[in-house]
Amino acid sequence: MKVLVKRTAGFQEFEVPREPSQTVLDAVTFIQRRLDPTLAYRYACRVGMCGSCAMMVNGVPRWTCRTHVDRVLEKETITLAPLRNLPVIRDLVVDMREFFDKWARAKGQFSGSATRQDEFQPVRPDSPPRRHADAGIECIGCGVCYAACDVVKWNPDYLGPAALNRAWTLVNDVREKENLQRLRAVSGDAGCHACHSHVSCTERCPKSLSPTAAIAGLKRAVAKTLMRGDL
Amino acid sequence: MSYRTQAALWLAQRASAAVLAACVAVHLFTIVYAVRGGLSASEILERTRGSVAWFAFYSVFVLAVTVHVPIGLRAVCIEWLRWRGRSCDFALLLFAAFLAWAGMRAVVAVFA
Repeated sequence: MKVLVKRTAGFQEFEVPREPSQTVLDAVTFIQRRLDPTLAYRYACRVGMCGSCAMMVNGVPRWTCRTHVDRVLEKETITLAPLRNLPVIRDLVVDMREFFDKWARAKGQFSGSATRQDEFQPVRPDSPPRRHADAGIECIGCGVCYAACDVVKWNPDYLGPAALNRAWTLVNDVREKENLQRLRAVSGDAGCHACHSHVSCTERCPKSLSPTAAIAGLKRAVAKTLMRGDL
Repeated sequence: MSYRTQAALWLAQRASAAVLAACVAVHLFTIVYAVRGGLSASEILERTRGSVAWFAFYSVFVLAVTVHVPIGLRAVCIEWLRWRGRSCDFALLLFAAFLAWAGMRAVVAVFA
């Protein structure tokens, strides 16, 4: 098969032999080990746990380790490019700093209201806030949703689906004490109100999470706070 | 513009969208119903002139458009034209004033 790889200088074509159960990451690794050792790409676990091998496969952001060649081959060709919406360091490697800085800007850190001397906070697994948090808590920060999002492309200040999803899990954490500041941080043109609900993030999330639902939840929470006059 | 105002604009756009959904439905239904057998301009004016109910309805319609459209255009300006800040907001405020003026001029014309 033909593999077109976006290098720093432009697209480069490689011929890679087909193997049974071959993943796109296998193909990239073949290129780097056998054809061109200067190819830069990123991976760690190879089994869909770390999220570091995400890249654009035929224009769609995917984890390459969990994408079988059979599923994406078009006319015996695969086109690979670095994740969209992020600055490229080299070849298929992007700079994730902006992506994670936005998690911090969305107040993605937990700020507990209790100390180690306090009793454990009981949280019922079937309570609505816990269920909302559960729905988004499995995000591993791979950046696929961020690359899939058109609003990030059009409005570079936009915090993006992953950071807002993280904020929503914390808004639903009953132990959290800084939710008012968090709702302020995720409001406005750079926050949840910029989302057009295109649902690309939800469509592409390899963990089948729904950042779109999380963002809708934030919009409701902000609206309630605003109408109470507390925002 | 503060994040609070931006959040309020979003809320205003959602609320005005709900009003517009009802207004557009009533407007279209009335057109289709009233024009079944053909309707001249003078016949339309006969029905609307002096009708406080239609005046109130179309005033609300214009108000909802005045609120809804500039807020949507603001997102278009930010995302497609990369135009943001005070100049953009001021231009849209002027556009909102124009919409209100043009809309109410039309409403008054068929009422008075």
